[in-house]
Amino acid sequence: MRYLLPLFAFLVLAVFLFVGLSLNPRQVPSPLIDKPAPEFELYSLHESDKIFSSKENLGKVWLLNVWASWCVACRDEHPLLVQLANSGLVPIYGLNYKDENTTAKQWLKHFGDPYIASVVDPDGAVGIDYGVYGVPETYVIDKQGIIRHKQIGPVTVDSLQNKIIPLIVELQKQT
Amino acid sequence: MKNLFNPFVHDSVRVSGDMITLKSRKSVSVCCMTIMMVILYMLSPVSRAEVEYKEAIPVAENPEIEKRMLALTEDLRCLVCQNESIADSRADFSNDIRRIIREQIKANKTDKEIIEFLVDRYGDFVLYNPPMKTTTVLLWFGPLIFFIFSAWFLVKYLKGRRLEIKEVTLSEAELQKAAVLLDTNQAMVTGNQRRENDNSNNQDNSSTQEQHPMDDASARENKGNNV
Amino acid sequence: MIPEIGNFALILALLLAITQGTLPLIGAARGITTWMALAKPVVQGQFVFVLIAFLCLGYSFVSSDFSVLNVARNSNTELPLQYRIAATWGSHEGSLLLWVLMLAGWSIAVSVFSKQLPDDMIARVLGVLGLVSVGFLSFMLLTSNPFDRLLPAAMEGSDLNPLLQDPGMVIHPPMLYMGYVGFSVAFAFAIAALLSGKLDATWARWSRPWTTVAWVFLTFGIMLGSWWAYYELGWGGWWFWDPVENASFMPWLAGTALMHSLAVTEKRGSFKSWTVLLAICTFALCLLGTFLVRSGVLTSVHAFATDPERGVFILGFLFVTVTLSLLLFAWRAPKVGLGGKFDLLSRESMLLANNLLLLVAAASVMLGTLYPLIIDALNLGKISVGPPYFEAVFVPIMTPAIFLIGLGPISRWKQMSLPSLAVRIRWAIGVSVVSAIIVPFYMGEWKPLVSFGLLLAFWIVMSILVSLKHRLSNSGQGNVFVKLAKQSRSFYGMHCAHLGVAVFIIGVTLVNGYETEKDVRMDIGSRVTISEYAFQFNGVSDVVGPNYMSVQGDIDVFKDGEFVRKLYPEKRTYNASGMVMTEAAIDTGIFRDLYVALGEPLANEAWVVRAYHKPFVDWIWFGCLLMSIGGILAVSDRRYRLKIKERSKQFLDKKFTETSQATDSAAKPVSAEGGAALASDTRKV
Repeated sequence: MRYLLPLFAFLVLAVFLFVGLSLNPRQVPSPLIDKPAPEFELYSLHESDKIFSSKENLGKVWLLNVWASWCVACRDEHPLLVQLANSGLVPIYGLNYKDENTTAKQWLKHFGDPYIASVVDPDGAVGIDYGVYGVPETYVIDKQGIIRHKQIGPVTVDSLQNKIIPLIVELQKQT
Repeated sequence: MKNLFNPFVHDSVRVSGDMITLKSRKSVSVCCMTIMMVILYMLSPVSRAEVEYKEAIPVAENPEIEKRMLALTEDLRCLVCQNESIADSRADFSNDIRRIIREQIKANKTDKEIIEFLVDRYGDFVLYNPPMKTTTVLLWFGPLIFFIFSAWFLVKYLKGRRLEIKEVTLSEAELQKAAVLLDTNQAMVTGNQRRENDNSNNQDNSSTQEQHPMDDASARENKGNNV
Repeated sequence: MIPEIGNFALILALLLAITQGTLPLIGAARGITTWMALAKPVVQGQFVFVLIAFLCLGYSFVSSDFSVLNVARNSNTELPLQYRIAATWGSHEGSLLLWVLMLAGWSIAVSVFSKQLPDDMIARVLGVLGLVSVGFLSFMLLTSNPFDRLLPAAMEGSDLNPLLQDPGMVIHPPMLYMGYVGFSVAFAFAIAALLSGKLDATWARWSRPWTTVAWVFLTFGIMLGSWWAYYELGWGGWWFWDPVENASFMPWLAGTALMHSLAVTEKRGSFKSWTVLLAICTFALCLLGTFLVRSGVLTSVHAFATDPERGVFILGFLFVTVTLSLLLFAWRAPKVGLGGKFDLLSRESMLLANNLLLLVAAASVMLGTLYPLIIDALNLGKISVGPPYFEAVFVPIMTPAIFLIGLGPISRWKQMSLPSLAVRIRWAIGVSVVSAIIVPFYMGEWKPLVSFGLLLAFWIVMSILVSLKHRLSNSGQGNVFVKLAKQSRSFYGMHCAHLGVAVFIIGVTLVNGYETEKDVRMDIGSRVTISEYAFQFNGVSDVVGPNYMSVQGDIDVFKDGEFVRKLYPEKRTYNASGMVMTEAAIDTGIFRDLYVALGEPLANEAWVVRAYHKPFVDWIWFGCLLMSIGGILAVSDRRYRLKIKERSKQFLDKKFTETSQATDSAAKPVSAEGGAALASDTRKV
């Protein structure tokens, strides 16, 4: 019997290794889910003298999309965001992350502007508050100002249809 | 292969440190042209050793802060790198975290507060030194458990082994058989040893020779032990 | 055309491997000599075909045939010839081919150098090696064929990863694989012994040199990898406890345990089942390492090629191999005898304790490496386990092991008394304690950790001296040199390897304790001073490499104001990939390295420069080198080179069958002892 112990130990290990194969070691879940979204007051990209405060959005469900003109993957998700904005389902706010204002404006002109407002985070300080570690990232924030979902990487048709839109609809029903 | 530097699913480009964007590359080469000219100038016969030199300025404004920052970031993981500490990495993400830690040190935050600040935002994943929690109890005590288990195994095995061997008593016939066997061995061995004289002391350690400084020491020792 | 020939050769090799893995094994089980005799020619045939495949791939790389996917991804017309050759094994597919080539090479070596082995043993060993080869060949052909075509062909290849464009990287993987594959020979011997049911000292004696050779290669390979990381990754670290490093370190720990356990099994006939288990474990860890590196389940600096499908295959292979081996072990091991008797205080017990410590260390490294995966698999969140954990865990485990390194060689087989041991070691302990306390003062600052590390190192050195003294005083007449010449190479080999451990510890301790790093902004003409050295920055210049553009810094090094030499750290931008590599400039010395790396450019032609003073850092690799040399000395020992005379061989074979039957039953300790004695005696032949 004791000679079978190594075998059992190995089998347990093999099970974990097998499960491990289907996991993505790079996906880091955010600890901010179901926690209040960090508040911020930042200048708006288009009206550089106006300050936007995240408190203004209390009482509505909204999306915060972290983007930058230097980010290639943002171009993949951008048409989807424009479409979503046009549907009028949910207000989308942009966090222009570590970018230059002129290139950012040009970029929006070229690819379309889905944002109610885009705020400027030149040194990434607000980004760090939100635990941003790459661009793009998208946060779903509810009426109480609580982060309900974080999309790491570009928004896809699949993630929109199966996760983000149903979640928004459900959150909007709550008071 | 691109993976190696920018494996990140979404675009965290500017994993700068080792990825210079096109623009800056161009400016680098412009820089270099001028620098080369300067070097040519510098290589002119003026002896450099005599020239007064100035001490280079540390990158860190405040060495104390830098020291604390480095000690902290050595145990923090750069999230956008494959597997690098924030201290070693030159990715944008790491530069930001280092800057923030410097700011927080300046604001008189304790190390614990700074770690908490980061864990609140990035989770335990950012810590190379995993905190003791219910989920990490086995991680931290695992080696100790292995150690105790192997110590227990060692003692049990050695004791059990001795008992198993001791319990047997030998019959006269068996003893004789053994003696015959050993004698043939011995004869053979000594014969061989004569041929391979320099080889005679190889395998058994000095102690054997110390007690039985004769050529057939090992065989004798074995016999002595059995009987 | 050439790639198709290679592909075809691989398929033929697989067919031969299947033959090699089946017929000789069945032949050995049923006593069919013709089937057993098939093993050798089939091994040779397999080697030839794998070699053909390898040469075909090499040719595709050298001739830049970008219609081969593997070449298009890992080569480039600008790539210098030596790196095009090295790129053959730079990719995942190519490295597998190298693996298989080495396996075939080792199999040939086994068939050539084991003429004195009984036919059924050879047939079984080669059969098991054939099965391993079947696993890897089918892995290659099914999931990662190096000859896959790319149609239409690419105009230009996307270049070999610049990290790998380095002389160190050209030889590091082959060395490492020689080690991994070598342990498959030890594994094959163990399985063959289990299959035959003849687990005796002769088996240990046969597989010992193979294990040692494999260990030498693995040690050397790990050393090269660490050294490469030190000068190539640009931040002067030499070990990061990265999953891939751990993947090579675990088999090393288990292999070290195996090597020592084999010594006991050979000399004293003890620990047979333990040794077999270790041989299985070591090989399983080699496969696990391959799995971890190739499947992408863990994030690592060097996740070179990752693919879940490949992961499934390797995991399946690992599962089948290890499960079958351990089942075989569980079936056979209970019937194995205990071997020679020994006391609680004896060299055997110490070697067993050291074995266990090495395994505890390997298990802890494995726990730390896999724990994030386990937690994630249980859906308990994501964590990272990094250097702080491994250092906290590893040092306490290795401390008693290092104490035993010193104690083992001066203690005696079978039994010894505590007082006599104490008498032997008291000087060694005294001297090492005193010097460990004093020496740090000479380094500038007394640090407890440095003192502790030095204590371990000095203890090993002192115990080697004690062992040498005892050995010489018992070596008959003659002056010291005659006596020294009398000692066997394996004796020197052991001490050389142990000395290597001491040197390694000294290097690690001193570089960790007294390393200085300065991160400075350097204007042209400015200097940075680290201990007695000053580095003067003279600006940078553009250098055009064969396939890269480089910005090369020009730095003068002064020692106490005297000019020493120039250093040229570089920042290279590779043309094909656009990747930027930091090439540090290093001035290597016996007692310190000066290490300079360029950071980022600043305004006014200034640069951020990182300069390090690393005392004794080269001792780390020199220690590893000594360990390897120790292994080579042990393998080159006379007894392995001497051919057994035909007559005495027959005589011994008869004796062995007698004694091994007896050995198998623990109830006859006398005969068991006789067997052990005979086993140890026959080695003299």
